[in-house]
Amino acid sequence: MQPSIRVDPDPGVQYVLRIGDTCLILGQRLGEWCGHAPVLEEDIAMANMALDLVGQARALLTHAGQMRGQGYDEDQLAFLRDERDYRNLTLVELPRGDFAFTVVRNAMVAGFLRHLWAALQSSSDTELAAIAGKAIKEARYHQQHAADWIVRLGDGTGESRRRTEAALASAWLYMPEFFDSDAVDDAAAESGLGPRWADLRDAWLADMTAILDEAGLAMPAEAAFRSTGKRGVHSEHMGYVLTEMQYLQRAYPGGVW
Amino acid sequence: MSTGRIGKAWAVLGTVLDPEVPALSVRDLGIVRDVVEPAEGGELEIVLTPTYSGCPATEVIEQGVLEAIAQAGIGPARVRLQRAPAWTSDWISEEGRRKLRDYGIAPPGGTAPDATVPLRFVGRREAALACPRCASTDTERLSAFGSTACKALYRCRACREPFEHFKPI
Repeated sequence: MQPSIRVDPDPGVQYVLRIGDTCLILGQRLGEWCGHAPVLEEDIAMANMALDLVGQARALLTHAGQMRGQGYDEDQLAFLRDERDYRNLTLVELPRGDFAFTVVRNAMVAGFLRHLWAALQSSSDTELAAIAGKAIKEARYHQQHAADWIVRLGDGTGESRRRTEAALASAWLYMPEFFDSDAVDDAAAESGLGPRWADLRDAWLADMTAILDEAGLAMPAEAAFRSTGKRGVHSEHMGYVLTEMQYLQRAYPGGVW
Repeated sequence: MSTGRIGKAWAVLGTVLDPEVPALSVRDLGIVRDVVEPAEGGELEIVLTPTYSGCPATEVIEQGVLEAIAQAGIGPARVRLQRAPAWTSDWISEEGRRKLRDYGIAPPGGTAPDATVPLRFVGRREAALACPRCASTDTERLSAFGSTACKALYRCRACREPFEHFKPI
């Protein structure tokens, strides 16, 4: 079996991995809808967004792998790390759930990424700024799509409303992690690499408030629970995502197509 | 534009088609940002900017460009991918827009939205899009996403035909 690689603990590398892994794992989860979405148009939409996210992840992981002379390529980082070395937000690794959960999660993550990309356009790291300049356009489109669905479902039938409320209640538990800043954020803010994620909270909440108001849904209260995926301590679902993602590279080391 | 190797290279690039929207050349699409003459008979450098982060056509386009340059006898050449500034549908040429319409795809109308402007989630109205077949603006969007990353699905209420729209981004 292909052995795992070790990643540089440098906070700059960790900061880029947090974004890259969030895109990668959400892309993997959205890809699961291919062939299973409730209507053909949404099947295509989920696959399209997964493609954008995996493309963003490729650029970010390629960049992270080159930082500090590590010399890893995108595939090594995507497929050959152990669970604790993945830095994605916990929310994106949760099972895809029903369609309501998927659009609620997409709205939360795409909105967050849009504000993050906006700030990263002026990163001191020119490659990261260039990736942000492209990705912000895509995130904007994803956020709009998810928001339109939340409004339609929240303001729809009793059943669609019930499911959307349930999705919101469970996804919201993982929201504080987005903005729970730590030493990695402080280092990024100091070096000009990127913003402290806590500083994106107000703009993100304003978007979510506008969406939920239009959908006639109440914003859940913030829970005391703190998820920690971005620090490498994941939910019980992460191992299953990685098993499926990594199987080929682990069983057939270096396999390419 | 020079008439030498660079001029020939631009002319050749006008014949390399996008594999996913074969009505357009890579020049019409606006992804060829520059062609740089080497110092002394070395490799021509062709600078490409991909349309979408995950566009699966990027690698096929690179290969197509290099093959066309080689066939025209003006090689060797290499491709450099340039991310910034990010590609925008505003870079599709007038000629490209006409070709899209003739091909049955509504070209991006107006200019691409500024990604940093706050989104509107309330009372939003899509600008009327003209059907590429009958030109009626009595059209509706069926899906924000289409058969490729760069397109959305529409339907014309006047002629009842479905059509694709090249997304303004």
